[in-house]
Amino acid sequence: MNKILSTVLSAAVIASMAGCSTPAASKTSSTGEGKTSVVAEDGTKSEGVMTYAEYVDAAVDSEVTVETYVQAKQGWWEDKGVGKATLYTQDQEGAYFLYDVEMSEEDYNKLTEGTKIKAVGYKSEWSSEVEITDATFEIEEGNYIAEPVDLTDMLANEDELIKHQNEKFSVKGLTVSASKDADGKDVAYLYNYDGSGTQGDDLYFNVDLDGNTYTFTVESYLCGKDTDVYKAVENLKVGDTIDCDGYLYWYNGVNPHITNITVK
Amino acid sequence: MKKYFKLLLASVLLLCSGCHGKRTTSSFAMPASFDTSKNYEVTFWAKNDTNKNQTAVYQKAINDFEALYPNIKVNIRLYTDYGKIYNDVITNISTNTTPDVCITYPDHIATYLSGSDTVVPLDTLMDDEKYGLGGSDVKYDSIKKDEIIPEYLEECMLNGQYYALPFMRSSEVVYINADYVHQLGYEIPDVLTWDYIFEVSEAATKKNVDGTYALNGQNVMIPFIYKSTDNMMIQMLKQKGAGYADENGNIEIFNDDTKEILGEIAGHVETGAFSTFKISSYPANFLNAGQCVFAIDSTAGSTWMGTDAPLSDIAEENKVDFKTEVRIVPQYDVNDPKMISQGPSICVFNKDDPNQVVASWLFAQYLLSDDVQIGYSETEGYVPVTSKARNTESYQSYLSSEGKDHDEHYSVKIEATKLLLDNVAHTFTTPVFNGSASLRDAAGQMIEDVAKGIRRHKKVDDAFIEDEFEKVKSLYRLDSISKTTSVDTPLPMESKLLLGSLVFAWICIIVVIFLRKRNKREI
Repeated sequence: MNKILSTVLSAAVIASMAGCSTPAASKTSSTGEGKTSVVAEDGTKSEGVMTYAEYVDAAVDSEVTVETYVQAKQGWWEDKGVGKATLYTQDQEGAYFLYDVEMSEEDYNKLTEGTKIKAVGYKSEWSSEVEITDATFEIEEGNYIAEPVDLTDMLANEDELIKHQNEKFSVKGLTVSASKDADGKDVAYLYNYDGSGTQGDDLYFNVDLDGNTYTFTVESYLCGKDTDVYKAVENLKVGDTIDCDGYLYWYNGVNPHITNITVK
Repeated sequence: MKKYFKLLLASVLLLCSGCHGKRTTSSFAMPASFDTSKNYEVTFWAKNDTNKNQTAVYQKAINDFEALYPNIKVNIRLYTDYGKIYNDVITNISTNTTPDVCITYPDHIATYLSGSDTVVPLDTLMDDEKYGLGGSDVKYDSIKKDEIIPEYLEECMLNGQYYALPFMRSSEVVYINADYVHQLGYEIPDVLTWDYIFEVSEAATKKNVDGTYALNGQNVMIPFIYKSTDNMMIQMLKQKGAGYADENGNIEIFNDDTKEILGEIAGHVETGAFSTFKISSYPANFLNAGQCVFAIDSTAGSTWMGTDAPLSDIAEENKVDFKTEVRIVPQYDVNDPKMISQGPSICVFNKDDPNQVVASWLFAQYLLSDDVQIGYSETEGYVPVTSKARNTESYQSYLSSEGKDHDEHYSVKIEATKLLLDNVAHTFTTPVFNGSASLRDAAGQMIEDVAKGIRRHKKVDDAFIEDEFEKVKSLYRLDSISKTTSVDTPLPMESKLLLGSLVFAWICIIVVIFLRKRNKREI
């Protein structure tokens, strides 16, 4: 019985941390403007920790200290003997993208969806993506899982959209439009942005909404080829109507990292 | 008795020849003939620059090769990062699941060789009459050894043996927004100096009252941005005649010239005149958006550079119109230019079945044939590594069609290629040894850390740089790097057992002789 229970619990933890399927139910409720409140956490910051507004106001290259909650994580890897991982995190006010945080594999495995962490690093900007780099972190007591903010009506407005940079989001009623593959043929998705890749590489696909075309990405380090979302994209057809969830990553403009797709 | 001593002496000499630990071709023996009755599967790990034209060239090469050798199937695995290939090979050495053929760098091969019998020395294969370079039984127009550019072939030699074939070569160049340089009141010399590039870059940092940059009227301007800071440090040291490392793996980089270079870079980071790819982003993005004057990147990145570049990561509306000029990297002495030679090579991994190795070798060699060389080099600012390909009418026609279109004949790409072809004699490579890849990383890391230090308002002085030296020594384990190349590694267990059994046999022989002599005397 214990074995069954532990297997079920393990599977639940793994599923929740994959970040690539339908987000798990959480104790959150909408408060309008797309922001969410949480029952378990009141968002109060510890002493010496910035509020989200203070983080936004902080200059690039300044040291920042934040308390935030892991929403998804890219794979752990070792760089010259130093363990590193990239984390999509968020508190009740906004998101913090933590790039290449130094951590042991053991600590990485302790991070599950909603885990509260305190991170100290430097605010940086790389191709318009605001992130925290060279960070160290510690796990704290607390848990918060953000609900995706619905950005369907805002997708064409980059000035507004950027205020939600790195947040967990959703968009609804998109139509899959054609991309040109390496041979110039119309296809529903590409491995790599130009079709030069193979299965396992990042997936790129185009979607239309209200006459505008957007390119979405399934980031292979976040959602690999065995994840539901990766497979779902590989099964897309031009003309499909879909809803998407993901993280509002930025690279020279909005470059959403998609973690879940529902085909209508 | 003398006969026994001669035999003993011969054995001792044989033992000694193996005692210095060199793994020569003993682990791979060339079969008398290639067994074409068997089927082979060759795993090929290849790198492309996220460029569909390159993957198309690879695929065509595989199809054409398989048509010639129906018993050899090539399975390609594509990477977009040399570092990832390197990491995967290291991982697979331990599980004996390396690929058969791999695109790689000699620095990486030096590390692969620390495994047991991993990479096949190619000398025997290259010289084989039937299957070697120009071999009689090769089913295609095999390249001859003297048709490979000698400088490039030499780069593939480690401790007197060839462990790779060159595949493509490139170098770095400066991509210049010529309009901005002229706007600032400067002309562009044929060869830029470091003083020149920093002086013009400083001039480009001037701002308007409203905080925008005077040169472009935008909020962003990084006058000088460098993609590979590893190469920046290596080339600056080479040009100064300063220490980096010697052929035996002695690390020389922690010297006063390095301190001076770091100090100068720190000054230009402080004024906003200089930044790096790791800190800011791809140089092409800033150059094409009119937010950069000098972008130093590989010739193999030339299709991303300039207003009309066929490849771009930024939206069309963010591009600005400007004239792009291309020059070799800045120099300390314009009369003695030095630029790094880079670009992928091909190695063949050892397998239990020597016929499998020959199958791999035949494919590796095929990648040097004219079609592949010309096809791949034209996808970016690479140059073919064979004089044969370079001298073909097709390649010469390609070069002379510079600017005919903004795609295959994109002017910036062909201009960068020509610069490289004209400067082969001025290229250099760094010494290769087990750990040289780490030293290269450390060279760039110091520039990145100094730049970050300045941006983060730290005091970058002698003490900071001394600390940085210690930090990278420790991080990249430069203190523990072997002082000899990796082929001098301990003997594999099979060799140790063989030597042990030989010693044991001779002890037995001597004992028997001794006993017989004693018996004779007693009789």
